[in-house]
Amino acid sequence: MTVASLFFYLFSVVACAAAVMVISSRNPVHSVLFLILVFFNAAGLFILAGAEFLALILVVVYVGAVAVLFLFVVMMLDVDFTELRRGMLSYLPIGGAIGLILLVELILVLGTWNFSSEAGKIAEPIAPGGVTNTEALGLILYTKYFFYFQVAGLVLLVAMIGAIVLTLRHKAGVKRQNIADQVARNPATAIEVRQVKPGQGI
Amino acid sequence: MMSLLDHIQGTAALPEIFLVVAAMALLMFGVFREKSADIVNIAAIVVLGIAVAMVIWGGEGRQEAFGGSLVIDTFARFMKVLTLFGSAVAIVLSVNFMKTEKIERFEYPILVLLATAGMMIMISANDLVALYMGLELQSLALYVVAAIDRDKAKSSEAGLKYFVLGALSSGMLLYGASLIYGFTGHVAFPEIARALAAGEPGLGLIFGLVFLIAGLAFKVSAVPFHMWTPDVYEGAPTPVAAFFAAAPKIAAMALFVRAMLAPFSGVLPDWQQILVFISIASMVLGAFAAIGQTNIKRLVAYSSIGHMGYALIGLAAGSPEGVRSVVIYMTIYLIMTLGTFACILAMRRKDGQVETISDLAGLARTNGLHAFFLAVFMFSLAGIPPLAGFFAKYFIFMAAIKANLVTLAVIGVLASVVGAVYYIRIVKLMYFDEPAERFEPMVTEVKAVVVLAGLFVLLFALFPQPLNSLAEAAAASLF
Amino acid sequence: MNEIIFTVGLIVIQSVALLVALLIVTAFLLYADRKVWAAVQMRRGPNVVGPWGLLQSFADLLKFVFKEVIIPDGANKGVFIIAPLVTALLSLAAWAVIPLDEGWAIADLNVGILYLLAISSLGVYGVIMGGWASNSKYPFLSALRAAAQMVSYEVSIGFVIITVLLCVGSLNLTAIVKSQETGLATLIGLPWLAFLNWYWLPLLPMFIIFFVSALAETNRPPFDLGEAESELVAGFMVEYSSTPYLLFMLGEYIAIILMCAMTTILFLGGWLPPIDIWPLNLVPGVIWFLAKLCFVFFMFAMVKAIVPRYRYDQLMRLGWKVFLPISLFWVALTAGVLVTFGWLP
Repeated sequence: MTVASLFFYLFSVVACAAAVMVISSRNPVHSVLFLILVFFNAAGLFILAGAEFLALILVVVYVGAVAVLFLFVVMMLDVDFTELRRGMLSYLPIGGAIGLILLVELILVLGTWNFSSEAGKIAEPIAPGGVTNTEALGLILYTKYFFYFQVAGLVLLVAMIGAIVLTLRHKAGVKRQNIADQVARNPATAIEVRQVKPGQGI
Repeated sequence: MMSLLDHIQGTAALPEIFLVVAAMALLMFGVFREKSADIVNIAAIVVLGIAVAMVIWGGEGRQEAFGGSLVIDTFARFMKVLTLFGSAVAIVLSVNFMKTEKIERFEYPILVLLATAGMMIMISANDLVALYMGLELQSLALYVVAAIDRDKAKSSEAGLKYFVLGALSSGMLLYGASLIYGFTGHVAFPEIARALAAGEPGLGLIFGLVFLIAGLAFKVSAVPFHMWTPDVYEGAPTPVAAFFAAAPKIAAMALFVRAMLAPFSGVLPDWQQILVFISIASMVLGAFAAIGQTNIKRLVAYSSIGHMGYALIGLAAGSPEGVRSVVIYMTIYLIMTLGTFACILAMRRKDGQVETISDLAGLARTNGLHAFFLAVFMFSLAGIPPLAGFFAKYFIFMAAIKANLVTLAVIGVLASVVGAVYYIRIVKLMYFDEPAERFEPMVTEVKAVVVLAGLFVLLFALFPQPLNSLAEAAAASLF
Repeated sequence: MNEIIFTVGLIVIQSVALLVALLIVTAFLLYADRKVWAAVQMRRGPNVVGPWGLLQSFADLLKFVFKEVIIPDGANKGVFIIAPLVTALLSLAAWAVIPLDEGWAIADLNVGILYLLAISSLGVYGVIMGGWASNSKYPFLSALRAAAQMVSYEVSIGFVIITVLLCVGSLNLTAIVKSQETGLATLIGLPWLAFLNWYWLPLLPMFIIFFVSALAETNRPPFDLGEAESELVAGFMVEYSSTPYLLFMLGEYIAIILMCAMTTILFLGGWLPPIDIWPLNLVPGVIWFLAKLCFVFFMFAMVKAIVPRYRYDQLMRLGWKVFLPISLFWVALTAGVLVTFGWLP
């Protein structure tokens, strides 16, 4: 057993266990924290597969940004999962039956599992020696898959427009700070010098 | 400029590129200018018009773009023109409504433009990735416009419901696509077809195909993936519902046709039975569930479910005649639906928009024109000769019979008889019941849409040939 | 087998050496920080423990370690304990890839800078977990604040890093330093003026943005809204005491030093001598590295002493409306310039 396979089993076991905990833990915040653990182990698996760029991007994007927002919302919402789960037992028989049927179907499929011999072949050839996988990914993404990349950008643009359209409200009567105005003030526009005669005031 | 386009192999996709760039330019314009909704509305319509011109005069025959991700053939061109037309009319219908409901925002036409760009990608998609990307671009924009009346609970509910169910269906579609990729080793349609021709399709591939069909059926709102339709149509503002019923349906149906015929024509029997089931279920449910409705938008929603069922018959036939009949059906459906929604938009009293069916009572006596054209659309949707809707159904049934799907055709005829009941009920209500309070007079652009669509429906019988030959050319380009 | 043991042993020894050195450096930088602060405010600062108060940090360490650990009653115990560990561990882990001199990195990853970005983006977890687990209002508010702040400034840090990467053509930290061996100075024909070669000059706006964002990312004044003692008592650390508190402080300071090291590597030429003439180029690189690191840290300390605290909305405005557009524009500009002049590495 090599070190790599040892780590493979470590990462996969922890990932699976944490994934189970995500759906079974009582506290939603714990669920999110376990989800983060899953991400980490997935990143570890990527590293074992030699895809260090993907691994780190997974950490930066999913753990560093997406999960933080998740955690944010979950912490503030105060979701009571036990309350949500209350009806679960009564649905268990029918749910279990459906699950069983799906399982049988899956087994049937797996029985005839027959990957195309070409599936491996058409995967982009690993770049020749000396090219890191960051570079290789970039070369593919911005040339051959340029179109998909652009459309993905558009999808994100739509998401952004959507978020703004649906949530941004301009409240009337809110005083906003205008930095440019503040900076543009000088003694001539900001203060007025008056001669005050003693004992009289203004 | 041209050399850059050639460099990225995007010459054939010029209309899409133009649409997207124009949408982004308008977005900038709208953001940096106060009260820009009117100008952006008009500009969006102009942009759609230019895109139509670019599609029509963009070249002949089969072209590919972006290394084969998109394919532009006669079928794609025809469907794109329909979609662009549908979107443009939807914006025209929305202008006055948005203004009176005080939800006028420049983002609406821009989202419609971006959704339309997504639809054009869907129509041209020639591999599974492009299919998915186009679908997501379109759907995401649609989720947002469904909830655009964000202060009304119903509109937000519509948006959220659409989003959650849409995400689920996208997941199914993606799962199916990944299975197909896994079992054939390809994402491009022609290569999947080649791989299928080379070897026996496994059970896994069929599994993937089923999931793919489930995802696509959701997008065309066919039973059993139709649940969102009535709620979304009812909750979304009426012009948005008009948009939903028109352009996205065309694009989704075109995508459905291409995604079935281009890669999977070799396994026709496998997906034919699924489509037969889906179309029967849609027709029957569309016919029966609509009977009990009191809200006219829900009624139209069920009617559109039924109509998708009919259109799917043509696809199930899997023959050039079948595709031709689908093309004709979708064209006529688009025009009937837009006309119907224009009539619904005109149901406005002093105190606001109304949408229950009983509000239409005695319309013939208060507003004869409105009642006449609504009646025309209802008869046409029911498939009464000699209106356009009859021909649409006629071609579909002919194609089904030619493909030995006689049972399917018979069930279709029976379903349309049941469906006729509720269409005719509305006509009866308008012509023979005591008049309710009168509606406000129609706005010019709504009236124009009603009259033009009505004339098309009425006079189609006299000039069926242009559409027929166009549809034939479109269908031929797929085989 | 022997080889594996040897490699593992070497890594362990290297790590321990780095750890010890790092902790000692941190102790003295902490002292320096307080001294600078005191000097600006015309106080004397720590001056009791050891000669000139040099051993103050060690006295503090002992004080924290020997105090009793108090865990509030309603706190979520597991998360409460893990939070400071996460903070300290992450900031230490980041040091694994920092090259102090040519070849002096424990792990010379070819995506080193991405690793640093990833680790620094995880720093927020210590804060948010600590704030939430304390089960108290002030820590929670502060955790939300600090988290939003760190996530916001990470975006511009990311873009700044991308700008540098465009000029380097590699994500490897050693390569980033090496690419600063040539540059502006060689271009104008004065190769011995090595400090002109570094990226701080051609990318000056990015250097400034990075510096300010680094302050915000590490919750340093003037952006210490997370701790804001005037309104939130002491922020997310209110309920912490003893060793867990120590770990938080340690983690924070090491993260600050890490940011100084990143600034040094990205903009100040890492271990390269500032003027490439005899005898300066005989000085070992690690000395130059430490000198530059200390210089950046001095700047951090001066900012803390001089600049008043930002208001929260001003902080957010700066991050999203000023830094983000500028850095995005600069990425595009840099890419454009590099392509136009054929300078792409």
